[in-house]
Amino acid sequence: MTSTATRAEVCVTACAQAWRGDGEILASPMGTVPTLGARLARATFAPDLVLTDGLALIVDGDIPLGTPAEDLTVEGWLPYRAVLDLLANGRRHVMMGPAQIDVYGNANISCVGDWARPKRQLLGARGAPGNTVNHATSYWVPRHSRRVLTAHVDVVCGVGNDRAAALPGPAARFHDLRRVITNLCVLDFETSDGRMRLVSVHPGVTVAEVVEATGFDLAAPKGSGQVLPGVDVPVTAGPTPEELRLIREVLDPRSLRDREVPG
Amino acid sequence: MTDKRMTADEAVSRIESGMTVGIGGWGSRRKPMALVRALLRSPVKDLTVVSYGGPDVGLLCATGKIREVVYGFVSLDSIPLEPHFRTARETGAVRALELDEGMFLAGLRAAALRLPFMPVRGGIGSDVPRNAPALRTVADPYGSGDEVMAAPPLELDVALVHANLADPRGNAALTGPDPYFDDLFCLAAKTAYVSAERVVPTAELRRQAGCLHALVIHRYLTTGVIEAPRGAHFTECPPQYGRDEAFQQAYARAAADPQEWAAFADRFLGHPDEPSYQQAVDEFYAARGVRAGGVR
Repeated sequence: MTSTATRAEVCVTACAQAWRGDGEILASPMGTVPTLGARLARATFAPDLVLTDGLALIVDGDIPLGTPAEDLTVEGWLPYRAVLDLLANGRRHVMMGPAQIDVYGNANISCVGDWARPKRQLLGARGAPGNTVNHATSYWVPRHSRRVLTAHVDVVCGVGNDRAAALPGPAARFHDLRRVITNLCVLDFETSDGRMRLVSVHPGVTVAEVVEATGFDLAAPKGSGQVLPGVDVPVTAGPTPEELRLIREVLDPRSLRDREVPG
Repeated sequence: MTDKRMTADEAVSRIESGMTVGIGGWGSRRKPMALVRALLRSPVKDLTVVSYGGPDVGLLCATGKIREVVYGFVSLDSIPLEPHFRTARETGAVRALELDEGMFLAGLRAAALRLPFMPVRGGIGSDVPRNAPALRTVADPYGSGDEVMAAPPLELDVALVHANLADPRGNAALTGPDPYFDDLFCLAAKTAYVSAERVVPTAELRRQAGCLHALVIHRYLTTGVIEAPRGAHFTECPPQYGRDEAFQQAYARAAADPQEWAAFADRFLGHPDEPSYQQAVDEFYAARGVRAGGVR
């Protein structure tokens, strides 16, 4: 059954796994595939996750993407000010989309080039600095490339493991980078020095493809050796039949996921 | 009873060049656009604008009103990047103080509470302090060894906000799903001007606001009240209306090309007052054969 899943559907289930074991916290996905992932996690193995409509309402139930506000079951009110207080409190796991991310998980959404006079202005730091030093943070990269997974990020908005380790005393005690999910693979930071590690490649993706599309050396799944083409790497588990049904029939019947990760 | 009703132009005439102006709303949501349009018509310049930025920042950048922007982000929401803000940054036309969103909130709170700074964790370890060398950290005075950012107070000369409903004395209601930070902008400012979709007698305010919790802007905070129906256009102002996506797209498309922008500015920004702007918007709708976006 898994072999029939599209790449987007594999990505949705891989994103969902990022929230496994989080319990009763706010899941804040940014982007279509992470949003589906969080909703899938709650519909299956993480029923206590708290989700919003992406705006000010905490909503219950298995909600198809694009459901109009009047059809939502509202269980609470969480305007932006309350989100900013909640994130400082730590009961949250965000999945953000970086324009650039390096081997330690330093992430940029601010601008490309010199900050004082950028080549390309992007969003600004947004909440990335506060998110990363306050609670669990994962990332979603819909187009895995050397431009995004790069040796050097131009502006550190999301704090990486090397930067966190350099903070004084207990200042970084809530810093917790979890996973990076891309259209090619799943990565984490479970290495002795906090560098990024290749966990699994999606069905149909070769290790060589991942190495070629990554601007820095990745650690291998077992031990701290470097990933090279030919190294044995697990294949990302795709959706179960029930997960596939939930994605296709309940959560995303209009296949909006395919716009973010083409078939 | 002080009647604080005035026009947008009267409110803006009290703003001087070089002032620090806080603008309420969030991104492309419930921005006091009628007041921003009045600023565009005025001669003021060299403003420091403090904003969870959207097209307010973009338009003020495009018209050369801004010396410095203080922001956590600048976005049109449905269009992620604000084109005029991008140009202003990429050409070096404005100075920028880029903060974490939570540090921005802490700065508003510090100013509102008349404190010299507000401790906040967000910002440590990131390039926010590296790109703003005036920012400082503060060590825990109780000896834990913890160290956090000391967010500076975002003290405002003027706050501009847009409400769903107000009374003539300067009480106002925010009846949409998110009040954003408008009450804090007013608290952090020496003077505050609130525009509203409708101005009603005080006795009507609570009834029409629906819920008591919507009454968060109080008359001791506000200096002037401006009735401005559709005054947040083209940003959203729920429950009265949603964002005018077609107009926002036209804005963003025009911004990408100097000639198209000149035509857009001529058509929509060259008006002597708000009613003639709104008439131009109606003509924009009529030309597309649609009714004004979501206005009830």
